[in-house]
Amino acid sequence: MLQMTQTESRPDVTPVLALDGITKTFPGVKALDGVSLRLYPGQVTALIGENGAGKSTVVKTLTGIYQPDGGDILVDGKATRFPTAQDAAVAGITAIHQETVLFDELSVAENIFLGHAPRTRFGLIDWAAMARRSTEILRGIGAEIDPTHKLRDLGIANKHLVAIARALSIDARVVIMDEPTAALSHKEIQELYELVEKLKAQGKAILFISHKFDEIFRIADRYTVFRDGQFIGDGKIADVSEADLVKMMVGRDVSQIFPSRSSNPGAEVLRVEGMNHPTEFADIGFSLNRGEILGFYGLVGAGRSEFMQALFGITKASSGRVTIDGTPAEIRSPADAVDAGIVYVPEDRGKQGAITPLPIFQNVTLPSLGRTSHKGFLRLAEEFQLAREYTERLDLRAASLDTAVGTLSGGNQQKVVIAKWLATQPKVIILDEPTKGIDIGSKAAVHEFMAELAAEGLAVIMVSSEIPEVLGMSDRVIVMREGRMVAELAGDNLTPETLVRHAAGI
Amino acid sequence: MLQRLITSREALLLGAIAVLLALIATRFPGFIVPSNLADVFNDTSPLILLAIGQMIVILTKCIDLSVAANLALTGMVVAMLNLAFPGLPVALIVVVAVTLGAVMGMFNGILVWKLDIPPIVVTLGTMTIFRGIIFLISDGKWVNSHEMSAAFKAFPRAEFLGLPMLSWTAILAVIVFTVVMSRTTLGRAAYAVGGNPHAATYTGIDVGRTQFWAFTISGALAGLTGYLWVSRYAVAYVDIAGGFELDVVAACVIGGISIAGGIGSVGGALLGALFLGVIKNALPVINISPFWQLAISGAAIIIAVAVNARASQTKGRIILKSAEHAT
Repeated sequence: MLQMTQTESRPDVTPVLALDGITKTFPGVKALDGVSLRLYPGQVTALIGENGAGKSTVVKTLTGIYQPDGGDILVDGKATRFPTAQDAAVAGITAIHQETVLFDELSVAENIFLGHAPRTRFGLIDWAAMARRSTEILRGIGAEIDPTHKLRDLGIANKHLVAIARALSIDARVVIMDEPTAALSHKEIQELYELVEKLKAQGKAILFISHKFDEIFRIADRYTVFRDGQFIGDGKIADVSEADLVKMMVGRDVSQIFPSRSSNPGAEVLRVEGMNHPTEFADIGFSLNRGEILGFYGLVGAGRSEFMQALFGITKASSGRVTIDGTPAEIRSPADAVDAGIVYVPEDRGKQGAITPLPIFQNVTLPSLGRTSHKGFLRLAEEFQLAREYTERLDLRAASLDTAVGTLSGGNQQKVVIAKWLATQPKVIILDEPTKGIDIGSKAAVHEFMAELAAEGLAVIMVSSEIPEVLGMSDRVIVMREGRMVAELAGDNLTPETLVRHAAGI
Repeated sequence: MLQRLITSREALLLGAIAVLLALIATRFPGFIVPSNLADVFNDTSPLILLAIGQMIVILTKCIDLSVAANLALTGMVVAMLNLAFPGLPVALIVVVAVTLGAVMGMFNGILVWKLDIPPIVVTLGTMTIFRGIIFLISDGKWVNSHEMSAAFKAFPRAEFLGLPMLSWTAILAVIVFTVVMSRTTLGRAAYAVGGNPHAATYTGIDVGRTQFWAFTISGALAGLTGYLWVSRYAVAYVDIAGGFELDVVAACVIGGISIAGGIGSVGGALLGALFLGVIKNALPVINISPFWQLAISGAAIIIAVAVNARASQTKGRIILKSAEHAT
């Protein structure tokens, strides 16, 4: 891996902010392994890496939310520490996140100056000064926003502008933009570019995190690549090609070990034709066979989860046909989907998965009550039997099936959620980011289990943003970009490079 | 298992009621003789009936503030029906009361389900509407005892095995709804919807429809109580049971039903109502002023919520394997 490391002659300017050999370990994961990063005044540095490369950990380290276990943070060449987020803000570092952390019910001016509002001599908030300075700052970045408006009334692009105005109001020297264009329209992105140019002209150092190569080549002066928590290389954008960056991002070795499975898909179980949604996806069509694992890859916001939710009946598609085992299925609600044999294990298992006050057995049998009840009356003995069968199959260890799910550990709660779905005896199981946020050991267990399900003849759809997982588990991969299917890859065509190219639209 | 039984909210509340009764007995021993306790239970029966319905509604993350107005409107309608057709059998009157109450509950439920209006707003509105309708149909006039038929007034007082039918109605409701909540798919759905509406949706449970049925049950029980109330007190007018909805919610809260939804039981609602009933009946006999009664009821609510909040405090994420089940 080290032979990939590139170092180039440094410019003579001292970086405003630099990380040197930063290490950060979480239980079971080394999130950052001696990474370096340099941000220069008046320059845009793009931070590039796959999901899990350590980008967000770096942002949190820079803004004082995480404390590094080792290495130095240098401001103007001097080693320093940010024990709290406030300390980072005082040092002039500000981050604009994907989801802006602002207050909907407050005015634009209040959002900009919250925490550091100008005061009158009596110590009260100087509303006139606040309004005046807000107008100045907003005008300075070319934003036509009335500072007295409530933030709620603004579109997402203008909210970003308010976040940027807030950054400027504290006289930030370093502005971190974490996927700022993810939710913006084409025109708004152009405006954002102009704004970045203005900030550059003012001498701010900008850290620009993005998955989109066209953006990076359009806006960045320099790049830094991370992979699996390690520094891979940095340099001037002018000196590299897209292909170089892709190669640095994905590397060559896949560090995780995936279960070996002999893929021999059976008969077709699911066919989707011409599924459309007015705003989220268009023209989705594919077929899925028994025993097959079909990966759905794409950038965050490519419309994969949105499509899955429509397939499962949570949202309504405007048109399209779903056929299961050769019979057309009318899916208008999740109940219809479960009846038809499709189940969906959502990404946000905390919010959408377990019902924590209810005992384990009631969680497991909830979607199967049709089978364990008679004319609306529950049969508790059958429920217990069903719950026991599937929790044992998943090797869930709990004192009693009567235990409330809320008292279980995260891993066991997840087993309850999966047991719940398997108990419905589905034909198709959709797993949305099945290993997001879990440690490597549990990941391997989930992968093992997924392979088992497929071997038993279940058709699996796996939505994943992690390239090793997509490559290691899928028989076939559909790549989505901006709500459309852009590629279907299998066999020799299925490589890290092809995935990234199609997903990023290179 | 045994430990869980001892530490359950219901057991705690039962203990509190026992302590309360013991304290009252030191001042006024006559209070705890069986015949008086039976009177207290009978007196609390309307509250028990409404608290059961309210508990189901709260379980689904909603609230029904219109129950007392529903009770009053149904009571007025059946009283006027009795006035117009004195020969109507009581069984039919009961059916009319339950149906009318259920329809009013359905109206609440439809607004919550189909228009997605917050339940507190819906039922605050219908509460006022129902009271307004009573005024419209009665012209503000009372229906008095002498205008009611003997059979109409006799039913709640009729005794069976030493207890009046009013008490038996409450007992029957406790039994029926204990079964409904623990042994039917509707009951299970109510717990699931309140426990985690998002997860319930993903499980194929229609959250809105479950809430609709909860409101319907609450309305039906309010309608039934409307007839019992009017016939027992032998009077119907616009303001009967004014403010009673707050007692009902209070009984639920004291009974350990979580306002956030998903946690509660029929037993809890019963005990919560009995706790309030004992206080209301005991304080006058031990010569405590009615003003103190309100303060004591209020304090009981806050204490109950505080105890429940402590009991259900989330202990953060359980990361250590050894900590699992130890909690």
